[in-house]
Amino acid sequence: MVQMRTMEIMVGAFMAAGFVALFFLAMQVSNLSGLNGGEGYHITARFDNIGGLKVRSPVSMAGVRIGRVSDISFDNTTYEAVVTMLVDSNHKTIPDDTFAKIYTAGLLGEQYIGLDPGGSEKFLTEGGKVSLTQSALVLEEIIGQFLFSKAEEGGNNE
Amino acid sequence: MEQLAQLGRIGISTLERLGRGHVLLLHMLSGVTALLVRPKLLIAQIHSVGVLSMLIITVSGLFVGMVLALQGYYILSQFGAEETLGVMVAASLVRELGPVVTGLLFAGRAGSALTAEIGLMKATEQLSGLEMMAIDPIKRILTPRFMAGLISMPLLAALFSAIGVIGGHFVGVGLLGVDDGAYWSQMQAKIDLHEDIFNGVIKSIVFGFVCTWIALFQGHDCVPTSEGVSRATTRTVVHSALAVLCLDFVLTALMFGE
Amino acid sequence: MQNSAVNQKLMPLHPNDNNEPLVKIRGLRFYRGNRAIFDGIDIDIPKGSITAIMGPSGTGKTTLLKLIGGQLRPDGGTIHVNGQNVHQLNNKDLYKLRMSMGMLFQSGALLTDIDVFDNVAYPLREHTKLPESIIRKLVLMKLEAVGLRGARNLMPSELSGGMARRVALARAIVFDPEMVMYDEPFTGQDPISMGVLIKLIPRLNKASQLTSIVVSHDVEETSNIADVIYVISNGKVIAGGPSEQVANSDSPWVRQFMDGQADGPVPFHFPAEPLETDILGN
Repeated sequence: MVQMRTMEIMVGAFMAAGFVALFFLAMQVSNLSGLNGGEGYHITARFDNIGGLKVRSPVSMAGVRIGRVSDISFDNTTYEAVVTMLVDSNHKTIPDDTFAKIYTAGLLGEQYIGLDPGGSEKFLTEGGKVSLTQSALVLEEIIGQFLFSKAEEGGNNE
Repeated sequence: MEQLAQLGRIGISTLERLGRGHVLLLHMLSGVTALLVRPKLLIAQIHSVGVLSMLIITVSGLFVGMVLALQGYYILSQFGAEETLGVMVAASLVRELGPVVTGLLFAGRAGSALTAEIGLMKATEQLSGLEMMAIDPIKRILTPRFMAGLISMPLLAALFSAIGVIGGHFVGVGLLGVDDGAYWSQMQAKIDLHEDIFNGVIKSIVFGFVCTWIALFQGHDCVPTSEGVSRATTRTVVHSALAVLCLDFVLTALMFGE
Repeated sequence: MQNSAVNQKLMPLHPNDNNEPLVKIRGLRFYRGNRAIFDGIDIDIPKGSITAIMGPSGTGKTTLLKLIGGQLRPDGGTIHVNGQNVHQLNNKDLYKLRMSMGMLFQSGALLTDIDVFDNVAYPLREHTKLPESIIRKLVLMKLEAVGLRGARNLMPSELSGGMARRVALARAIVFDPEMVMYDEPFTGQDPISMGVLIKLIPRLNKASQLTSIVVSHDVEETSNIADVIYVISNGKVIAGGPSEQVANSDSPWVRQFMDGQADGPVPFHFPAEPLETDILGN
């Protein structure tokens, strides 16, 4: 039988290793810090079409993730999608004329919101609205437009 | 007619076993409060159940992660999506392979050892002996082992997943040349704490519960001969493996189905 | 009980029933499947005596001890220990009762993962909060009583069968119980260990004012130390009483068993219901 003391040390090491692993999974693998609901402020944006955007989709600026989509709702009067984003509290200097656009990561990838900063001196705060938006590119629409323009081209040539 | 009677007998004996299993479970759980007063008993069992399983779990985790990275790379590179390798490795580990493979290894390593230990204690009259010393063998011997299994399993599964992610990093980033930043950032962007990691931990707790329960029940219920013990040990591994895989399906359907 | 030596040792626990046996078994029936292990047996175990329960292998002698200890439930009949019906006690009282019983299992039943000292100390540590210094004294005293004080640091796997049984005996008496049950104490022992045990059992019985129940099929050794003997066969008590009486019994059944005759008047291993006629019929 292993001595009690050695055993206690080994069990302690095992428990510590287990908790470090859990911590590693939480912090390094899932990035717990970016998910902290209490830390940050909400901004909203209206889109004509959000495509495949989902709650918890990333919100990024210059390619860096600065927040997540926290809520998506539908405005019954304007027929627009209202997207609420939770921006991390350490990014407080987003100009109020920022341009929000829905991008697709890669050809088949997930959709996310990209923010292009404007030149305003005023910054967005809790409840702020991003008024300049561009909807998601829906593949069918693009193909449709492409075909339409081709057809138009063909018509002009005749 | 004879076959029908046989079917009936099998059904009745199965129900009986199930009943005995649940009675044992309740009996074990009733000893938990007494165990809290004597944590030393628990430590000794966490040592034999958890610490001694650590080696096999970490080595398996490392290799599973490495294989995942290798296989994933071949497939993902065909779509030019190597950057998502981290997501693939981490998601498979955290959601499925971590809890499931750990559960299977746990049943093979710790479960069979528990069954053999309890079975031998029964065969050598140690359990009866305790009873005659006015000590409840279930509360004194089985409960600490049960709790140790319940505590060790999630930790082992977390270790497995974490080591697997590192193993995947080693192969994917170190050997195959996936971008280091992409490996982590994609992973962090896609793996959700609640959805993926928390659910994985719940799975591993459930598997730990079931595997330890099966192992202790088989040991406690075995025919107290050397043959009976060896049969019970085999049953432990088979039943635990089946239980883990079936429960995994059910849990996955409940957790990730929308 | 007719034995004067027995009466001397009586320890009155209930003032009014001095002659009440410590263990009183009435109409005990126990079945394993459809086979009757016990089919209505009555046994009295007087206080302070050494009572031997003998019978061929497979007559359920160990089962009887487990029934007395409340580990098994009978299918009929009652067992009273110290005036308490064992099988109507709740768990707490049953455990309390067991504290006053020691049992020596055939295999010793020592816990294999702790050493001799810890094995003997085990019940003390489980049931009491005595300081370690007192536990040490108690354990060493009991180990001294079985002559194994020097073996305190050995693991059970390092002990011979006889030594393991003596350690188990020390453990069984560590709480100074009122009675000790010995399950086949002489089986598989070399002559020396057997001699040791034959000496130990009566000595402990006298020194600690115990009541001993010895279950055995070793006729000679057992009848030498027993005050009272019961012989069980085919689920029935076929002889019972003070040892000389049973040892000198004329019953051919008993004779065959006591003398170990391979070819007795009755084929011992087969049931033959009307005993006398069966013999005369031959």
